[in-house]
Amino acid sequence: MMELNTQRMEDFKERYRYLKLFAGAAFLLLFVYLWYLQVIRGSDLRQLSENNRIRIREMVADRGMLMDRKGRILAHNRPSFEVFIVPEDIRSNPEALEKISKILNLSQEEIGEKVKGLKRRPAFRPIKLKSDIDWDKLVILESNRIHLPGLLVDVRPTRAYHYGSLASHLIGYIGEVDENELKQTKDRAYRMGSMIGKYGVEYEWETQLRGVDGGRQIEVDALGREIKPLRSVDSFPGNNLFLTIDFNLQKVAEEAYQDKNGALVAMDPKTGGILAMVSKPSFDPSMFARNITAEEWRALLEHPFHPLQNKGIQGQYPPGSVFKIVTAIAGLETEAITPQTQMTCTGVFPYGNRNFRCWKEKGHGTLSLHRAIVESCDIFFYQVGLKVGVDAIAHYAGELGLGRKTGIPLPHEKAGIVPSTPWKKKRFGVSWYSGETLSFAVGQGYLNTTPLQLLMLISAVANGGRFYLPRVVERVEDIYGKKLKEYPSEEIGRADISGKTLRIIQEALLGAVNEQGGTGGGSALKQVKVAGKTGTAQVVRMAADFKKGDMNRMPLKFRDHAWFTAYAPFEDPQIAVAVLVEHGGYGGVAAAPIAKKVIEKYFDLEASPPVKVEEASEDSVYD
Amino acid sequence: MIDRRLFIHFDWVLLGIVLFITSIGILNLYSVTSNGETTGAPLYLKQIIWLAISLGAMLVIAFVEYRRFTDFAYIVYTTAIILLVLVLGYGIITSGAQRWVKLGGLNFQPSEFVKISLIMALAKFFQRYPGREGYSLRHLLYPFFLLFLPMALILKQPDLGTAIILLLVFLSVLIFVKVRWSSLITLGVIGASILPLVWRFLKDYQKRRIITFFNPDLDPLGASYHLIQSKIAVGSGGILGKGFMKGTQSKLGFLPEQHTDFIFSALGEEWGLVGCFFVIGLYFLLILWGLRVAVESKDRFGAILSFGVVAMLFWHIFINIAMVLGLMPVVGIPLPLLSYGGSFLLSTLIGIGLLLNVSMRRYLF
Repeated sequence: MMELNTQRMEDFKERYRYLKLFAGAAFLLLFVYLWYLQVIRGSDLRQLSENNRIRIREMVADRGMLMDRKGRILAHNRPSFEVFIVPEDIRSNPEALEKISKILNLSQEEIGEKVKGLKRRPAFRPIKLKSDIDWDKLVILESNRIHLPGLLVDVRPTRAYHYGSLASHLIGYIGEVDENELKQTKDRAYRMGSMIGKYGVEYEWETQLRGVDGGRQIEVDALGREIKPLRSVDSFPGNNLFLTIDFNLQKVAEEAYQDKNGALVAMDPKTGGILAMVSKPSFDPSMFARNITAEEWRALLEHPFHPLQNKGIQGQYPPGSVFKIVTAIAGLETEAITPQTQMTCTGVFPYGNRNFRCWKEKGHGTLSLHRAIVESCDIFFYQVGLKVGVDAIAHYAGELGLGRKTGIPLPHEKAGIVPSTPWKKKRFGVSWYSGETLSFAVGQGYLNTTPLQLLMLISAVANGGRFYLPRVVERVEDIYGKKLKEYPSEEIGRADISGKTLRIIQEALLGAVNEQGGTGGGSALKQVKVAGKTGTAQVVRMAADFKKGDMNRMPLKFRDHAWFTAYAPFEDPQIAVAVLVEHGGYGGVAAAPIAKKVIEKYFDLEASPPVKVEEASEDSVYD
Repeated sequence: MIDRRLFIHFDWVLLGIVLFITSIGILNLYSVTSNGETTGAPLYLKQIIWLAISLGAMLVIAFVEYRRFTDFAYIVYTTAIILLVLVLGYGIITSGAQRWVKLGGLNFQPSEFVKISLIMALAKFFQRYPGREGYSLRHLLYPFFLLFLPMALILKQPDLGTAIILLLVFLSVLIFVKVRWSSLITLGVIGASILPLVWRFLKDYQKRRIITFFNPDLDPLGASYHLIQSKIAVGSGGILGKGFMKGTQSKLGFLPEQHTDFIFSALGEEWGLVGCFFVIGLYFLLILWGLRVAVESKDRFGAILSFGVVAMLFWHIFINIAMVLGLMPVVGIPLPLLSYGGSFLLSTLIGIGLLLNVSMRRYLF
């Protein structure tokens, strides 16, 4: 039996008296205060509850502005008149509802939907009926105010984008918070109806941009009319961001695309600062700021060319012949080839039971690495690929940043795919076929890259193998212009590739643009030495009887994607650019001239005539 | 096995008070949550299910010979601590705080059970009396460790309310077991000097609530709005209240967390001073009855165990009502037997089970 410990039990008895008294006093205090609230102040408070009459009016903070690197405004706020109703105040007054619906051109059913659509909403919370009403309607509403209880008109800042869809994917957009976002941010910074960054810079820098909302407590009468303000706290605007992009360069780049689709990213290869970022088709971000309609939203989602995707970082495409840079580096670094190694191209390369072709039907004859890159000979690189092997190529692809995210501070970046024998085993459960190495060596097959990855690749080649973190925001300032935060250039890695190898590749890239027969001639400039590489990413496997020049007669969605990556000036690279034209056909024809326009603008040269996709002629250079 | 005398000595009065308050709680919850806002099973039904589970647990606890708990006290305590660590690792985040673990489909809040386990551990520790002089600071080192471990983990979640309750229960037990006056004073001085340090560990929203309590003008949309609306709700009830299901403050969504921490303001609105007086009276009765159970216990363990439970109930009741009436800053502390919340109901009724247990065995030894 357990022992009973009964020492000093009398202590407890002694405490008992005081404890009873203490509890009694505490409950008495509660009761007295209840008496005070319910009896002495009872009728006052009852009145307050009956008319419940303290309303909250939010004062929405101005969102921080977005500027380009030179301080040109890209996104700011403009005042918009917004109409709200307080459903509880209007329920007893159907005529008022009718009037409002007439003035605003909203059917009563639509208004009913909006009121019902919100779950768990306090009855006295104003509901937004319409944003951005025009002056005429405002005058009518204001002059009828006395007959329209429960109606509120408020001026609120609305996001405005100066140049419409310019750089829309980089800037991103804002929209009303959804329930998930509300749950995740329980610090009361957001309320139902608050705007929040959803995409792009607007999303990533949300905490800097949003500012602090203010508010007023207002006492209203039984009809919802304001009697007097009780308390008020001012809002405080968000911080301004200076982006790394250059407005003029961005504009030229966007215009160069005309009606074509694709993506362009330009960067300073020595700092990682993004100079331009284009994704086509684009969208108008102000559509989201003023509450996008269901039809507009559906149209964007169902658009065949995905306007909501930032293809520069989210689009994944085979890099085509741009990848020959990697294959060449793998060949040189593993010493499978030397710059002098010669190979012969007859236009067809039989391997296994298949004929692998060169894009040039007649073949390139016998050539060495330099000319093979300049003319982008497929058969040369098939053979390099076979000598080096898939895993060594994959290794150097990894060294050059492919197959992983670059770390650009924008949402939804994709990592792409670099295949290898372990990858294929894991993914498909079957072994690698050596025939696949041939496609891999010329950048086709499973290989997938984003335009930004290829931009990082060409930049690394240009600056001795160094990788810089891509940056889109230069600095953050508060509204008084005080610098709050700066994003300095940051080296994030270095490719383990010898300087000698890189110099050989650089020379070849220079040749591809400037030498006779080079595939990138479309981007050559007199004043500045451009170096670059074209590429064509297959969308479908070519038919056996495919003839060059057929491309323009193919249905658009089966045409190949055109690539061009370049940097300039050759001696001291200041700008690198990656251009992708979706279903554009050959890189040298469709993509190189776009890069040319951007480089021209960057060095403030006289603009060349508008880009034209010429009808392919018998002797044009493709790839 | 179970002594027949247990039924004769069963504390029907205590059970009666508890069941009475609980029924009022369910009725009140029905009224508050019946405006069709929530999807899924109505909250009062969920609460009834929890009530059934909790009553079962209470009876089980009541019929296990309480001195057996001395063997388990530290095991229970350690288990509660492990659960707390788990919740920090894998807990579900609600309202920006990690307080819940999922156990077989039910969300479960381990910090609730820390209260009971701390009380058990303290009762076990203090059942040995050190000598004529009473407890000194040296003796209190170990109990302080027992307190600080769970308190730190709970503050990390962060759950200021539960941490405050742990501290208050602990201090109450110190007073009950008669710690030397000189030691209590030293403790007070030390406590006052580390208060600024505690402030630094509070989350922003907690600081804001405390600041706005002293200066409501700072936050007209958040905490002070809630306080005002809560006061309006209680005050507008007047003497007789607006009547069952007729509270406008709660129906129209003016009250924050009206079915949990602010349930009393809905009660005040619908039942007025008369209803509040009745419920506060029942609580007072519960506390007095519990104190009597404690002092009439036959041994130290039983006395301290039941006193700890009473202290826990008392501080919950007092702080919650004071907060709803605007006498105290808003800290998340629910009202026993009235607030919605499964884990809290379960831990409350386990506490009551301990009280019943000690009460019906006072004639046996």
